[in-house]
Amino acid sequence: MFVEIGHFALALALGVAVVQTIVPLWGVARNDPALASVGPAAAIACFLLVALSFGCLMMSYATSDFSVENVVANSHSTQPLIYKLTAVWGNHEGSMLLWVLILVLFGALVALSRRSLPAKLRAGTLAAQGSVSVAFLAFTLLTSNPFRRLIPAPGEGQDLNPILQDLGLAIHPPLLYVGYVGFSITYAFAVAALIEGKIDAVWARAVRPWTLLAWTFLTLGIAMGSYWAYYELGWGGWWFWDPVENASLMPWLAGTALIHSTVVMEKRDALKVWTILLAILTFSLSLLGTFIVRSGVLTSVHSFASDPQRGLFILGILIAFIGGSLALFAWRAPLLKQGGLFAPVSRESALVINNLFLATACATVFIGTLYPLVLEMVTGDKISVGPPFFNATFVPLLVPLLLLLPIGQTLAWKRGDLLGAAQRAQIAFGVGVITTLAIFAFVRGGPVLAPLGIGLGVFLVIGSFWEVGERIVGRASGASAILSRAKGLPRSAWGSALGHAGVGISVIGIAATAWGTEAIGMLKVGESLTSGRYTVTLEAVTPRTGPNYREDAARFRITANGRELEPVEAMKRIYTARAMPTTEAGIRTVGLGQAYISLGEPDASGAIAVKLHDKPLILLIWTGALVMAAGGGLSITDRRFRLAAPRRVPGPAALPQPAE
Amino acid sequence: MTVQAGIPAMPPRKRLTRKQRRLVVIASVGAVLGLAAGLVAYALRDSIVFFYGPTEIVEKGLTPGTRLRLGGLVETGSVERGANQRVSFAVTDGRTRTMVSYTGLLPDLFREGQGVVTEGVLEAPGHFRADSVLAKHDETYMPREVADALKKQGHWQPGETKAGAPAAPATK
Repeated sequence: MFVEIGHFALALALGVAVVQTIVPLWGVARNDPALASVGPAAAIACFLLVALSFGCLMMSYATSDFSVENVVANSHSTQPLIYKLTAVWGNHEGSMLLWVLILVLFGALVALSRRSLPAKLRAGTLAAQGSVSVAFLAFTLLTSNPFRRLIPAPGEGQDLNPILQDLGLAIHPPLLYVGYVGFSITYAFAVAALIEGKIDAVWARAVRPWTLLAWTFLTLGIAMGSYWAYYELGWGGWWFWDPVENASLMPWLAGTALIHSTVVMEKRDALKVWTILLAILTFSLSLLGTFIVRSGVLTSVHSFASDPQRGLFILGILIAFIGGSLALFAWRAPLLKQGGLFAPVSRESALVINNLFLATACATVFIGTLYPLVLEMVTGDKISVGPPFFNATFVPLLVPLLLLLPIGQTLAWKRGDLLGAAQRAQIAFGVGVITTLAIFAFVRGGPVLAPLGIGLGVFLVIGSFWEVGERIVGRASGASAILSRAKGLPRSAWGSALGHAGVGISVIGIAATAWGTEAIGMLKVGESLTSGRYTVTLEAVTPRTGPNYREDAARFRITANGRELEPVEAMKRIYTARAMPTTEAGIRTVGLGQAYISLGEPDASGAIAVKLHDKPLILLIWTGALVMAAGGGLSITDRRFRLAAPRRVPGPAALPQPAE
Repeated sequence: MTVQAGIPAMPPRKRLTRKQRRLVVIASVGAVLGLAAGLVAYALRDSIVFFYGPTEIVEKGLTPGTRLRLGGLVETGSVERGANQRVSFAVTDGRTRTMVSYTGLLPDLFREGQGVVTEGVLEAPGHFRADSVLAKHDETYMPREVADALKKQGHWQPGETKAGAPAAPATK
């Protein structure tokens, strides 16, 4: 019953999305406000229908309804309830439904947002968003229907892929999709602006919170995915330059450029055409990512099992939306009024440089990801482009960007003072250099580049806060004056400081991986293995039974530099339904570093293979991402975005803000 | 950056004309794109790895020392574990086999009779030293390259993987 309701609601949502696409535009064209106002209602209805549909699918998972093909393939009656529910998006069909749910959620949010959008812009945006919904609802219904029945129904399901039975999976895809799909709104805004032929600071101000929101979630999603792969795959890596990872990195890079270019547009009414193009490209890269992940054209460790028909359908969507919007861009962009060029030394120029480097870095990732595909089509040769390629292209392009960041951040708008900015960055730079030298002096071994990387990270963190620090401290005296200034500073200033500092923190964590060590050994009970600061001693191997798996848990005593830590367990599991083995790494966090233990096969004598990693400062990689996301989140709540909501009832919420 | 480097030399307060500014922008865009193009061209020449099946290695007459990815099926009964995590196994495409030696932990889903992709160096004809064995997320997932390599030798049909499992894509 639920299944049919869900299926029907999804089909109905497709119909409503068609209305959402056509009617508002028609209304605008005929200057009929009644027709134009159908957009918001349709967007909300569409969301409610897809939400109902999604709820129905969750219901059939929760009740283990094995008459549904999708449930059979990805669930099992013994699976813990939480994994029954997260299994909804642990497969292609269900995750597509989640994708669509988030897509229409964003449409509904635009419809509901009280921010005063010009009527035409709102109608155009909802129509463009509706067209994306139509495409993906059709895709889900026609090629990836999660509600397909299986008759006769089997008595038991095939279980969710064991490596997906993890809390990481519960969180990672929803975060990632909010990010990916969130860029559909900026895309819709861009298309609406092109249709209307008008773009200005109002547009930039309307778009910016959405861009920040999508970017923040994408940052969290990528970080979560990276951490999940790190602890779940059992090989201790956190980034593999795998096509699927690159697929999420590309929209992130383009989105990062976009949140910077919209600032220029908002403050200086410039970079308009580029911003529009960037908004289109960012979502295009999200679509490309969806295509890469779900079509199987590129071999990836993270792939969904795939089906060429779906690939073809998504390719069609890809061509229609990217091609269509770029054609619209080519046709309408020349009509947009250009902003002026500006002084070469100014904040806006610095942001242009930021965009230039980010876009170029994104392009190198794009080439590295798709080159194998093109080469195979042209010559038939199969190649893989791995970490060496990206280390040789992406990294050299990011380093100058990061070096310039603290300087650009202190430049003034319109006409900056390069020498002054450089002077203001010099203390941060000095501390970075000293850190590097100190590491060279006191730490033996490790590659040469790592201390430089740490120095760069330190420079970034200090440099990022330098500007807000100056603005707070300035010539003020006394703690209370400083505190009130700190409160008075716009949240976006804090947000950008945090965001940039987060980059620095991640850079430190990444550089520190160079000091990581690993050791492999065959251990019997009582034997030890040492790597870096850590020594583990195998205490016992105990067989245990979980709800839907059996495992051998190896218990280790662990010491760091001779100091005894809490014992740690690593497991080798067999999930019974699929007879699939997984390795559950044993991780002990010490400060910001971790000891990471994974198990291999036992040999004939009963010894078990153990791999021990010492990973110094590894947590900084993801901490940095969290700090970046916190910066993004803080910027969204900035006053100027809230102030742009004049229709809001003035009340206690509108507390007087200290003057800036 | 050109933009910034050019400035301190300029006499103060002399504003650039529109044309000059445009030139500065174009020059800096050109410089960064040129740099990126150079890096990409260099990296594509040096850091890509070709994928071959065992038969292709013989047919192409690859010389020892070549770095490559080797894919195929792990021959049943060929896995031998030695001391210190040393493993050797044969990778086959049904026609030719290549012996692979590897030191380290094997991925969970490494099994005899299943598809595998390894990366490493061809040591001698028929002998390959792998430094990584690629993991998979899904026991039914067959790497596309492996599927193609097997198909080329006529040893794989869609549906040969576990019943009910989606067959590896056969797009070509």
